[in-house]
Amino acid sequence: MGDGTVPRMHQRRATTTAPARPELELGRVVPAERRLDGVPKVTGQFAYASDLSAAGMLWGHTLRSPHAHARIRALDLSQALAQPGVHAVLTHEDVPGQKRYGLEFADQPVLAFDRVRYYGEPVALVAAEHPEQARRAAARIRVEYEPLEPVADAPRATELPPIHDHRWTHGHGYLDDPRPNVVRSLVIRHGDPDAGGDVSVAGVYELGMQDQAFLGPESGLAVPDGDGGVDIYVATQWLHVDRDQVAPCLGLRPEQVRLHLAGVGGSFGGREDLSMQIHAALLALRTNRPVKMVYSREESFVGHVHRHPARIEAEHRADRDGRLVCVRMRIVLDGGAYASSSAAVTSNAACFACGPYAVANALIEATSVYTNNPPCGAMRGFGAVQTCFAAEAQMDKLAAALAVDPIELRLRNALAPGDTLPTGQRVSGSLPVAEVIRRCAELPLPEPEELPRDAIRLPGGAGNTTRGEGVRRGVGFALGFKNLCFSEGFDDYCAARVRLFENAGGELVAEVHCAAAEVGQGVTNVIAQVARTELGTENVVLAPHTTATVDSAGSSSASRMTWMAAGAIRLACRAAREELERRGGALAGGEIGVERVYRHPRTWPLDPDTGQITGERAHVAFACAAMRVVVEVDAELGLTRVVWIGAAQDVGRALNPQAVEGQIEGGTAQGLGLALMEEISTRGGLIDNASFTDYLIPTALDVPPVESVLVEDPEPDAPYGVKGVGEPPTVVSTAAIASALRDATGRELARVPVRPDDVVGL
Amino acid sequence: MEVLTPRSLAEALALKAERPDAVPIGGGTDVMVELNFDRARPDALLNLNEVGELKGWSREDGRVRLGAALTYADAMRPPLCDLLPALAEASRTVGSPQIRNRGTIGGNLGTASPAGDALPPLLVEGAEVEVASVRGSRRLPLSEFLLGPKRNALAADELVAAAVVTPSGQPQTFMKVGTRNAMVIAVCSLALVADRERGELRAAYGSAGPVPALVSAPLADREAFAERVAAAARPIDDLRGTAAYRRHALRVLTERALERCLA
Ligand SMILES: Cc1cc2nc3c(=O)[nH]c(=O)nc-3n(C[C@H](O)[C@H](O)[C@H](O)COP(=O)(O)OP(=O)(O)OC[C@H]3O[C@@H](n4cnc5c(N)ncnc54)[C@H](O)[C@@H]3O)c2cc1C
Repeated sequence: MGDGTVPRMHQRRATTTAPARPELELGRVVPAERRLDGVPKVTGQFAYASDLSAAGMLWGHTLRSPHAHARIRALDLSQALAQPGVHAVLTHEDVPGQKRYGLEFADQPVLAFDRVRYYGEPVALVAAEHPEQARRAAARIRVEYEPLEPVADAPRATELPPIHDHRWTHGHGYLDDPRPNVVRSLVIRHGDPDAGGDVSVAGVYELGMQDQAFLGPESGLAVPDGDGGVDIYVATQWLHVDRDQVAPCLGLRPEQVRLHLAGVGGSFGGREDLSMQIHAALLALRTNRPVKMVYSREESFVGHVHRHPARIEAEHRADRDGRLVCVRMRIVLDGGAYASSSAAVTSNAACFACGPYAVANALIEATSVYTNNPPCGAMRGFGAVQTCFAAEAQMDKLAAALAVDPIELRLRNALAPGDTLPTGQRVSGSLPVAEVIRRCAELPLPEPEELPRDAIRLPGGAGNTTRGEGVRRGVGFALGFKNLCFSEGFDDYCAARVRLFENAGGELVAEVHCAAAEVGQGVTNVIAQVARTELGTENVVLAPHTTATVDSAGSSSASRMTWMAAGAIRLACRAAREELERRGGALAGGEIGVERVYRHPRTWPLDPDTGQITGERAHVAFACAAMRVVVEVDAELGLTRVVWIGAAQDVGRALNPQAVEGQIEGGTAQGLGLALMEEISTRGGLIDNASFTDYLIPTALDVPPVESVLVEDPEPDAPYGVKGVGEPPTVVSTAAIASALRDATGRELARVPVRPDDVVGL
Repeated sequence: MEVLTPRSLAEALALKAERPDAVPIGGGTDVMVELNFDRARPDALLNLNEVGELKGWSREDGRVRLGAALTYADAMRPPLCDLLPALAEASRTVGSPQIRNRGTIGGNLGTASPAGDALPPLLVEGAEVEVASVRGSRRLPLSEFLLGPKRNALAADELVAAAVVTPSGQPQTFMKVGTRNAMVIAVCSLALVADRERGELRAAYGSAGPVPALVSAPLADREAFAERVAAAARPIDDLRGTAAYRRHALRVLTERALERCLA
């Protein structure tokens, strides 16, 4: 790779200087500088993982299963191997180490053997000179399948034959559920689950399968190091967990496999699991050539896990004053063919099922199941989106049944520090629920716009379907919350390394190493901002994000990365400063290098039988968000225009207010997509709409202006009082939009995405 | 893959006669999608972008001749948008600005999709399609040009040269239902002309049958017209919507279009 095309993030230098903000109780933080990657991204200069190249590079391609469930009878590679330009054709037999991998449970074959369990499951790999040659050769691989009946109906999966021979997720401290195809069952019993109230409302809610729909498809480049090891440049969310899954499958030691972050075009949870990492490395090590893989858009839809579709039965009981007495919920999550992070999603769905409300009694039963549907795992909101949709619909129903204002009803039940959650955990940190509700409710609603107006400012938009006929306005409100960081006893940490040296001009320079994945959220800015704050210098250089020079940063997920990276950078910088002071404040030609590991306060597992905490806490902290939505609905055609969204979010402390607003707007848009249009459509496990032709995501015309209020109530356990902000807007916006649609139409709309048929009542 | 780039219509027709397998490419907004999805890998493309005769539009004795290479962006500009207002409205609903700058009427005819948005407005204005080959040129009514989903009446050596319309000058509109507010393939669509001169209502639906199709009735039958359009449609259940919804929506759209055009 001495040809100057070595793919790596450019070293960047923090350049902005700005006046210091007044001293805050939790420590002064210098203002954020402009997004380092902003201009390159906007001007198209940014190098994404799909832009990588290396001299002598081959292209890899994956042969995938056309069946949702089938036995593999035979594989014949001879024709594929004879194709022009082909250097290798690999199957499961060529996997030198472990044959299976997985984020939480190693239940997923690197390449299928015996059986395929989902549509698009990787079966074989080809490396060729040209991507087209690789594709053509893959089409010549003969696979003899014996189709099997797919398990496609999640609520019935526990009565159908198991799709795995082994119970991968059993014996990990979960409830012992003997039914087939269970990934995890969690039952939270709180108080008296049979407690009755004066009023009871019930409903059955469903959510379709949402895709992360990131714009940069799965891509990466694997380069053999000539010593039996491999360097993998890839768009991912968590470099070290990739390494720890890749190395055993390659039969290598972890240090022989180095993961380097390549430009990430969005992730939203969909890059937490591996995609092409092991595959490209296998091909590279076999051919001794760099191998690049880039998924097509269609392939990307089968190349990563999705948001769990859910079916939720809910019953809420309250007293005459509207105080919640008991919440009962039964949640079924379709995990698809492999476990991915379903077990943790199950826990999240259950733990946040009651919403940010004080509830004395509850019975929450959550089950994730294996099916032959596309695998589901992490996606922004992680289980809390699903239950928020059900719980908030229930709160609106309850408000209607009691004839109480829905916002008032939420205020009456708002959770507050000191309250106990259904898991028995006491809320000890910051959680300003009532304040967030009030601040959101205070936002003035926009006046209805005059008619006539341009059709693009009406439901149906550019389609020119109405000039005002059939249009009704609706206002909705919802409240959501979820945990920050990893939970249930996970050893959640982040490492950072700081190197202080003098440049040629004798100035002190700090080089900061942190493997935190920049997935577009702006964590590199946070890292630089914290380093500039702690070191009192503008000469901060960010080193490439890699497993090669620093320990794990953990995942850019779970609304954790700002908190964790800030914690680690702060520790490392302070240690470096102390060392500098010990040396009398001068490096005198030498240099200082320190690495520190930050951990948030520890958590404990939930009791498998009761769903209750087994230590002080199962979750380290929480954040909530409220949203008020104005919609216009064309009630005759069932088309919608979301007019305005007002959001108030509990952000702890906004280190970079512009970035926080960006997260609120983006997160809101993603929730809007789920509310109105985004759904992977499957039939018998086969995906019908694996393209942006038919998997619709919101356009600029579909997403309204979002007015954000940042409620700053510092988190005592977090560095500088920060809270993660990426997920709460997505958790709540789907529910809030559905609430507004119900207000406009008077219909129950118990399933998202809401289709025009549902609005019309066909 | 070979790319043949003729500089004149005559050259294009000669090449098409010689290489009937060559796939014509105008704006490429359909052809490139096919290539991208690996649904088609033709041996040759016939690039029509350098053929001047196909571009723009002209008037000839009361008729308007829309060159096959006329883009949606062209159709939205005055004075053409005033001559064919429903076509201009339909053009505004097509894709994004990029697609409207590249996508052409000829390409929409070539694709002959049930969801082609240029087709209903051309149908209600009684458009003819002018097709040409080395054997000569012929004109056929659009309704005869459209044979089925993505099937048209072009012979292997023929190209679309133009769509020819006599603008009615009568009130007309186009509406398209989609599940998002821009950049969407029609769940169903409707063009309608209230032709007072001829005492006739003409509507054409899209995405509600194997081909976009024309429904007409005397002006006096206004009351029953929406039902008639809905009944004439042959919608199916697919990913984008149900047959029941499409019929329902056509009824609503027709009522609204009548309201707009007869107000
Ligand atoms: C993102 C996106 C959004 C879209 N949105 C819409 C939409 O809203 N509504 C809509 O109707 N369509 C839409 N389309 C489809 C497409 O833009 C239209 O069908 C357009 O009219 C095609 O024109 P073109 O010039 O790009 O055709 P091309 O792709 O060049 O050709 C299309 C077909 O016509 C043939 N062809 C082209 N010119 C001739 C000719 N002169 N003679 C014979 N055959 C010819 C080609 O061989 C091909 O079969 C969209 C496409 C994309 C990619």
